[in-house]
Amino acid sequence: MSAAAVDVREAASAAPAAQFAPTQGYWRSVFSRLMRDKVTVICALVILALILMAVFAPWIAPEDPLKGSVMKRLRPIGSEGYPLGSDELGRDMLSRLIFGARLSLVMGIVPVLCALGIGGLLGITAGFHGGRVNTAIMRTVDVFYAFPSVLLAVAISGALGAGITNAILSLTIVFIPPIARVAESVTTQVRALDYVEAARASGAGNFTIIRVHILGNVMGPVFVYATSLLSVCMILAAGLSFLGLGTKPPLPEWGLMLNTLRTAIFQNPWVAALPGLMIFLVSFCFNLLSDGVRSAMDVTR
Amino acid sequence: MLLYLVRRLLYVIPIGLAVSAICFSLVFLAPGDPLSAVLPADASLELIEKLKADYGFDRPIPVQFGKWVARAVQGDLGISIATGRPVNSELARAISNTFVLAFFACSFGFTLGLVLGFIAGYWNGTWLDKVVTSLAVAGVSVPHYWLGMVLVIIFSVFFNWLPATGMGAGGSSEWAWDWEHLQFVILPAVTLSVIPTAIITRTVRALVADILSREFVTALIAKGLSDRGVFWHVVKNAAPTALAVMGIQLGYLLGGSILVETVFAWPGTGFLLSVAIFQRDLPLLQGTILFLALFFVFLNLLVDMVQTLLDPRIRRT
Repeated sequence: MSAAAVDVREAASAAPAAQFAPTQGYWRSVFSRLMRDKVTVICALVILALILMAVFAPWIAPEDPLKGSVMKRLRPIGSEGYPLGSDELGRDMLSRLIFGARLSLVMGIVPVLCALGIGGLLGITAGFHGGRVNTAIMRTVDVFYAFPSVLLAVAISGALGAGITNAILSLTIVFIPPIARVAESVTTQVRALDYVEAARASGAGNFTIIRVHILGNVMGPVFVYATSLLSVCMILAAGLSFLGLGTKPPLPEWGLMLNTLRTAIFQNPWVAALPGLMIFLVSFCFNLLSDGVRSAMDVTR
Repeated sequence: MLLYLVRRLLYVIPIGLAVSAICFSLVFLAPGDPLSAVLPADASLELIEKLKADYGFDRPIPVQFGKWVARAVQGDLGISIATGRPVNSELARAISNTFVLAFFACSFGFTLGLVLGFIAGYWNGTWLDKVVTSLAVAGVSVPHYWLGMVLVIIFSVFFNWLPATGMGAGGSSEWAWDWEHLQFVILPAVTLSVIPTAIITRTVRALVADILSREFVTALIAKGLSDRGVFWHVVKNAAPTALAVMGIQLGYLLGGSILVETVFAWPGTGFLLSVAIFQRDLPLLQGTILFLALFFVFLNLLVDMVQTLLDPRIRRT
């Protein structure tokens, strides 16, 4: 035993230092694996481009998204002055799609972020304390599992009434239970590990243990799970607007645009289908991105 | 196992009560008075009081909840504010329409999902697998209400092969299982089946690929078992999980049909929900959501029980 240890030490000191590659940190290795995954990189770039488009919408959009013209309604794609046609009130589709990214992306991303904060907190609390606290929190969470997600979102926003804040609120409530469940199960596993016991034995308080030892191990899996919810949230948020439960007209939002253009499918079908294509694109990219992040963070591979 | 089944059965009671409580509390989320939608602006105070008493809104909240649950258990969900008819009868008609839609969506989607998933899992890693997997990712990413619109554009507007909306002449009361009526169900059923198809494909693919990589399969092939025999072993091992996923997907499909029913003006539970929301008809809203949620609870129960009975490896206590 000791002989072998000495051998290793001798070998290490004998070898030139340059032969040893510096050990990569976990996050750095995840990042380098992500960078090698072409599909994921492309999806990330598409989403980044869409976010930039939303932020700089007033400078990019050729027209005012709210300015309509009774004379120029439902122009086809590629007509003069309207590269992507015009909608049922003669508003420029290209500008509305660009401006629509603002509300659509906010409504698709914010609920998942809020649910990540609240659900993560609930799950970690339940998993760390165990016992009665766990039962109280997780049984409450179970009740929300009795509702299919679309139904719960529609029920809450239907009762609250239409509006952006109400839609975001109801989607946050929809996503808290699944995130809390993942956070709880990971925390329960981590809490039972020896090093947590060691930290407690050396006098660390609950807060320190959670902050230093639990959070770092729990955030990874919970974060990966949350990214997989982004695409669902995008579809649901636009769906609520499509039902008339999200944004109110005349604000540009992809789901709502799809709804108001529904009457136009017999006159100008392809213009009517454009907002849905944007929702599809974002949701598709989020899905592939989430798959990529998941496999990059998978250490066992 | 019997003990588990009994406990699982009893667990439905608190969950059912909690679900009812959430449905009931929807009234208090709603801004304003639920009666304001039906009352004329210049309604007299006596009329308001009388209607409040009729609907039971003048009692304390726990009493209202108790009475509501007691009546709901007996199958009385109150009276729709918008139509003045019992919520029950409105719901019964809508449910049968939604079940027609769900029947076709499930038969189509589950079959396709199983077949595609098996193909992708069996030929894991080949181009066939890649095509199917990409299709499945697209399937879970597509906003199905938009897909419904696109299908209408293609099959109704351009080719004029299938009707765009509705349930056929005479509405739901004259529904029959002939082509005259069945052509109306094709587009909404296909649209509704996309998400479950994609999810079942992904699940079955992962299951089959995993089972085929196990040692016992190698042993079976080594001892000279025919392909058909191996196939049977794969089916037996994949069935419990696949059935569970299908059960849950049926529940999601029923609960999530509101978007598709809106696109196709299909007079089912989803359509009823949107009527209830926009007419601010709270008894109808509560009743519909309660029914759909309880049905989902029941489906979950069924799935757990079937899975426990089918798979002796799951030892539940």
